Amino acid sequence: MSQSATAEKDSNPSSSAGQSPGKERELPIRRVSEQIIEIVSDSGEGAQTAGTLFGTVCAKMGNGLWTVEIIPAEIEPPARSRAGASGIRIRFGSEPVGNMGDQADLVVAFNEQVLYSRIDTDALRRGTILLLDDRWASSEDPSTREAFEKALADFHVRGYDVREIPIHAETAKVVDNPRRGKNVWVVGMLCAIYNRDVALAKEEIRQLFERKRKGEKVIETNYRLLEAGHAWAMEHLDMRLDIRSQASDEPRVVMSGNAAIALGTMAAGIEVCSMYPITPATSASHFLAADFHKAGGVIHQAEDEIAAAGFAIGASYAGKTAVTITSGPGMALKTELLGLAVMAEVPLVVVDVQRGGPSTGLPTKVEQGDLLSSLFGQPGDTPNIVIAPSDHQECFEFVITARKLAESFRMPVFVLSDANLATAQACFECPEPSEDWLSPPVDQSEWQEGIPPFDWDAETGLSQRPIPGQPGGQFVLTGLAHDEESHIAYESAINQYAMRMRSHKLAALQKTLKPPAVYGDEEGDLLVVGWGSTRGAIEEAIDRIRADGIRAGALCLRFISPMEPGLSAIFARYRKVMTIEINYSDDPSDSLINDDSRRYSQLAMLLRAGTLTDVDCWSRVPGQPLSPQMIEEALRGRLEALK
Amino acid sequence: MYGLKTDWLEEASPRYYSVQDYEGAPARWCPGCGDHAVLTAVQRLCRDEQLAPEKTVMVSGIGCASRFPHYMKTYGFHGLHGRALPVACGIRSRRPDLHVFVATGDGDCCSIGAGHWIHAIRYNMKMVVMLLDNNVYGLTKNQTSPTSAKGSCTNTHPTGSFLRPLNPIQTTLGVTNASFVAQTVDWNPPHLLATLQAAHAHPGFAFVRIMQRCPHFQPGLFDSAQNDPNELLLLTHTDGIEVEDSIKRVLKNQHEHDPSNLDGARELADREDAIPIGLLYQNGNADRYDQFTALGIATSRDEKMTAIRAELGRYRI
Repeated sequence: MSQSATAEKDSNPSSSAGQSPGKERELPIRRVSEQIIEIVSDSGEGAQTAGTLFGTVCAKMGNGLWTVEIIPAEIEPPARSRAGASGIRIRFGSEPVGNMGDQADLVVAFNEQVLYSRIDTDALRRGTILLLDDRWASSEDPSTREAFEKALADFHVRGYDVREIPIHAETAKVVDNPRRGKNVWVVGMLCAIYNRDVALAKEEIRQLFERKRKGEKVIETNYRLLEAGHAWAMEHLDMRLDIRSQASDEPRVVMSGNAAIALGTMAAGIEVCSMYPITPATSASHFLAADFHKAGGVIHQAEDEIAAAGFAIGASYAGKTAVTITSGPGMALKTELLGLAVMAEVPLVVVDVQRGGPSTGLPTKVEQGDLLSSLFGQPGDTPNIVIAPSDHQECFEFVITARKLAESFRMPVFVLSDANLATAQACFECPEPSEDWLSPPVDQSEWQEGIPPFDWDAETGLSQRPIPGQPGGQFVLTGLAHDEESHIAYESAINQYAMRMRSHKLAALQKTLKPPAVYGDEEGDLLVVGWGSTRGAIEEAIDRIRADGIRAGALCLRFISPMEPGLSAIFARYRKVMTIEINYSDDPSDSLINDDSRRYSQLAMLLRAGTLTDVDCWSRVPGQPLSPQMIEEALRGRLEALK
Repeated sequence: MYGLKTDWLEEASPRYYSVQDYEGAPARWCPGCGDHAVLTAVQRLCRDEQLAPEKTVMVSGIGCASRFPHYMKTYGFHGLHGRALPVACGIRSRRPDLHVFVATGDGDCCSIGAGHWIHAIRYNMKMVVMLLDNNVYGLTKNQTSPTSAKGSCTNTHPTGSFLRPLNPIQTTLGVTNASFVAQTVDWNPPHLLATLQAAHAHPGFAFVRIMQRCPHFQPGLFDSAQNDPNELLLLTHTDGIEVEDSIKRVLKNQHEHDPSNLDGARELADREDAIPIGLLYQNGNADRYDQFTALGIATSRDEKMTAIRAELGRYRI
């Protein structure tokens, strides 16, 4: 992401067009319940910074918010290319917003080519307002002019409401290099269109550039860019909208899912965050890097993913709380050490910010492809705890939960987030941190003589662990099969017993869980089961089909291992149960696919095995979050087949 | 040494550790295996230094040498093949009070764990790392290791291994921030102990390669070095490893080497006519990553709460 303008024009900025308040037109303001806007640009033009800025202003004005980053695969893709589209979607509304929504109402584009990548992903509809930089119409390069004219004609055919606007030209009146500056100019323009509080936007600009350690001059320049964009829009655009705010006395926060994970890590009292850079997980460590030590923690950037896990396991063995944060390929590399943590009962929090797979796959894009590998990825029987946050607040809370579970049950806990949550900005109630969360993991007083290091409770498998420094607790942790004393044991009875002890911990945890609550109808035609970041879109789709009189409910599982109890009974109350997931499954309508060969999506597979219910699934891997509309259409299709 | 002061009854620790206090399960290495000597030396070191067994952690990977922790009565971590060093670094990261030892083999350290080895040297966290180098894979039954001599006949190279061996000393010396590099042999217990003592006293990552006999799979490997003292080159220097005169009388092939001389160390490491034993290189002032990882270790609960609230405040709307 680039910053905004740093160079200042010598000319007097007050001469810029559109600065005179006298030219602003008084237009009626139309109230709407929500808007979806996008800013798309070449990489490095700061669209994401602008979108985040604008989204934060909306959140601060009391709107619900959800942003989606549009990220090219390369750091510096060629300019004016479809593949190079970089940008952000901002959905904001009067009510809380839990997903990216459907097609955009308004798109600001710095060039016409990047728009095509959005058209390809069905992000635009007939009537979408396009605010397109007009500079390409007068380009010195005839092929650029031609491409622009051709695209413009095409956009008209597609039914978009195209407005050519002088983004580049107007920005150039304020700064020397409009490439670094048009983003904030656009924020000013959007503030005018959506009746946003300019003072609030200035406050955000100040915070943004202060964080980047920029001086007053840069901040002042950006204020002028903001004002210039605002004034220009007030004079030249006939759009005036407002989104009513939801009055709330509760203090709220706005952040990305990865920031929430970082803050959760701090609030959980975790001391060691051991990681290796991997998209889209790395930014969680960035959020931690600056101030983690103030909360008593340290980030270790290991030499590789394996070492990151080994380091965290070492720290945890030594009585410190540890997390390793990664994505699918990193999980694959850590596999052997995660198995060791299971075998030797070392508490560990593992955050997997899932991306598209297999292999390098789609590094910047969302997928829910690591569910089964989290559960079954290690050799042998590895009863793991797997939990999945479904929104930003849960990203924060689940790290705290995971730490507690890891210690209580003496095992690794997998937290499955994904690229959608990771990069999306959203609001939630400001959490109230608790001192209890910071408690050290174990009492370090003398270990009671005669108690073995694996003093398994014969029913639940639970046990306390000694840590180095505790007199009398000396034992040798081993990844080999072992008895209660941690002595290497190859006897078949001991192996069977130890396996049972490790497995029963999951059953003991399951006893403490409550059956999940259904969203929507408690019984009826259709139950949609999901997990993780799809919850918002699924629930919105359920609202829409219920509005048509269909009796439907949605269930979002937070605990996937152990499975939340009572699922069979809930499933029995519906004519049809299906999952919606962002991972691959065979489409049953494909001619080659039949009941014998059909491969189900990952949660569906688990639910079928766990409940003996004929759970259907609809899953897609579009490399972007599922929209409510996609889900709605899928549900209607499956319901049609029921008739 | 412990307990020699006249007023010892008042000031002395109530616990005195004898060698038996460090003896774990009976060692089950082959008879004649050099690992036995290293175990004895480590137990003696612990006794001499009166290391509290609960404050001592023996970390290993997988391999014959990696059985080491089981034979100690300290805390131990017998982990995964090649992964001893990341685990040891993690243990060390927030526990400066612990004495961390790593027992690793030539396969564990120089092959599957080579990446970690390089980086652990560079991290320079305080620990003693013993490479028990017998030039062969023993636990998996006689495969070529990275340090096997060219032409070694093993189960994977029955007609003789093809490549020249990797030189662990030269490799370690080549890593930025290497701070302690020593070499010794299992069949000279006083030199072995003196080397481990120097390693334990070193403020950083002390790497000790121990030439270790494997009578089962490499019979006779070090026979000539054992029988002819001139095949060992004893490194001497006031800043080097202090050895008894008796050793000097036996090992007449000596070389005065200043351990701060890195180029000299590299030349010695390449010597093929004799095995240099002693301290090849030491830099007591190298950056230590465990000083970075221990940042914030004493943060109070109030300070943590303040930091967490401040961080949340940054996102308040």
